[in-house]
Amino acid sequence: MNAANLLKIALRALANNKMRGFLTMLGIIIGVGSVITMLAIGQGSKRSIQSQISEMGSNVITIQPGGDTRGGVRLSASEMENLKLQDYYDIRDQTRYVSYVSPTVNTSGQVVYGANNRPTTVYGVNDDYMEIRRYSVDDGSVFTAQDITTAAKVCVIGQTVADDLFPNGDNPVGKVIRFNKIPFRIVGVLKSKGYNSMGMDQDDLILAPYTTIQKRLLAITHLQGITCSAIDEKYTQEAIEEISEILRTNHKLRPTDDDDFRIRSTQELSEMLTSTSDMMTILLAAVAGISLLVGGIGIMNIMYVSVTERTREIGLRMSIGAKGIDILAQFLIESILISITGGIIGVLLGVGAAVLVNVIVHFPIYIQPWSVILSFAVCTFTGVFFGWYPAKKAAQLDPIDAIRYE
Amino acid sequence: MAENVNMENGRREIIRLENITRDFHVGEEVVHALRGVSFTIYEGEFVTIMGTSGSGKSTLLNTLGCLDTPTKGEYYLDGVSVRTMGKNARATLRNRKIGFVFQNYNLLPKTTAVENVELPLMYNPSYSAAARRQKATEALIAVGLGDRLNHKSNQMSGGQMQRVAIARALVNDPAVILADEATGNLDTRTSFEILVLFQRLHTEGRTIIFVTHNPEIAEYSSRNIRLRDGRVISDTHNDMILSAQEALAALPKSED
Repeated sequence: MNAANLLKIALRALANNKMRGFLTMLGIIIGVGSVITMLAIGQGSKRSIQSQISEMGSNVITIQPGGDTRGGVRLSASEMENLKLQDYYDIRDQTRYVSYVSPTVNTSGQVVYGANNRPTTVYGVNDDYMEIRRYSVDDGSVFTAQDITTAAKVCVIGQTVADDLFPNGDNPVGKVIRFNKIPFRIVGVLKSKGYNSMGMDQDDLILAPYTTIQKRLLAITHLQGITCSAIDEKYTQEAIEEISEILRTNHKLRPTDDDDFRIRSTQELSEMLTSTSDMMTILLAAVAGISLLVGGIGIMNIMYVSVTERTREIGLRMSIGAKGIDILAQFLIESILISITGGIIGVLLGVGAAVLVNVIVHFPIYIQPWSVILSFAVCTFTGVFFGWYPAKKAAQLDPIDAIRYE
Repeated sequence: MAENVNMENGRREIIRLENITRDFHVGEEVVHALRGVSFTIYEGEFVTIMGTSGSGKSTLLNTLGCLDTPTKGEYYLDGVSVRTMGKNARATLRNRKIGFVFQNYNLLPKTTAVENVELPLMYNPSYSAAARRQKATEALIAVGLGDRLNHKSNQMSGGQMQRVAIARALVNDPAVILADEATGNLDTRTSFEILVLFQRLHTEGRTIIFVTHNPEIAEYSSRNIRLRDGRVISDTHNDMILSAQEALAALPKSED
């Protein structure tokens, strides 16, 4: 019997039992739909994390003083004063895998302009910091190397700070604001970066020469941290090793001593976050996959019922000349038809649901073409696999018994 | 398959059974359903095969219909030896050489008359869709259902359904029509109507084997083979074939 006839027979059989066919299909629809939606959500959150991290700078390495013990007392990192300017100079001059380096010191406080004020953090950095954190100036310019040398009282402010201090939309450039009673002249406003993946407002800050903060605000000579960037994301590890070696030498640590500093990279953070979201994707997909399996079992169940119910029909077809393979193909096509139709509807529904999630709850989604192809392939396979046994059973019936089956 | 058609007195042999035995193994016991059955049926004969239950007539019917193969003995259908054939070869042989008519019609539900009749041709790749429709329509006209081509099986009476089944048995121009208690589910009047149809097919030269336990039907056939305990106990030719048409006319008119 040719394929067109087989298809016609299968369609007829399904049309004769619309409700039953639909309910069986529903198992597949839900299975495929949920696989696609779950993968879209999982991949979406992974991609959004990745893109936010790369906006923050995916090759950023931060160095902070680490815990140390002095006379048996373990000190907290903030009390440590072991990162020196010399460390910064050496990292800047002696590394091959580090492209930009900036010392960092920071302090929080109230910033005031006229009648307006807001609490914020001022970061003492050099001009490399802009490259490392991928900030750029919207209005005005960045402070110069000259400003750093002279510890000039100039600053660049973030958009959030600008909005609060200049609610009337005045141009902040050239204005003088006060931070902890110290006046700073604004030389530039940063281009807005919005919130990062941890929910931090990246525009709520003031950048000033580190020398200015050290001398005029904090009165310290050590650094609170050093921020640098690797020449490329993939050389992050090499850069960390270089930095670590320089710091251990500068701090005169013996090989048996622990590091008295901590080095973190956004690459690590990115790996941690994406591995979490990968895990979530796998879990979601596994749950969805199980529902696809249940759908497949539903097909098998209904195909068994169908074979039993149509035993006489099978007997008749055999007695008028149907071979075993004809009967096998007939039932197999029926089950594949159920699963493929269910698969198509499931794909549409899954994509629709994912888009709906995106539109309504603003959750990032990303529909990977392979997830559609995969779930479609899986459900076709489901049709063949779960249809095979009932169809085989039908094909092996003895026409003599089947034709007189009551 | 090598055709080896035997002719006798200018008549073509359709069926030749040579000492057919068929044993079934039921647990430890062996049941001898057929114990050496031999006969030859020629083209154009209308043969009734009769026997009580347990006489082996169902087994004989299954054998004749190539649904079953004998344990011993030879069976030639239209010159082809069936005994050594495999399942698929027998399926094809049934498709080309045999037309079945069953007691309970066995029409596909929710399917039109013409589609039911087309069914055997669906398993014959040499027929196109148009040729199938053409043949099926002709067969339905031949059984007097030319006006009911697109009626579904659940919209028809028992007699009409059996006519559809007969049309289905005719559609492949079989060497032999095998009817299994074809009037068993019908009332007297309808039974005679179906018998009239069979007699007409007989006069048109068709070979018909009608298996029944109803002795009355034998009088309307040209030959009667009786079975008991797996053996042929009589094989008689009927020279005084009754006319089913006359019997039908003699029946009291139905009330509606």
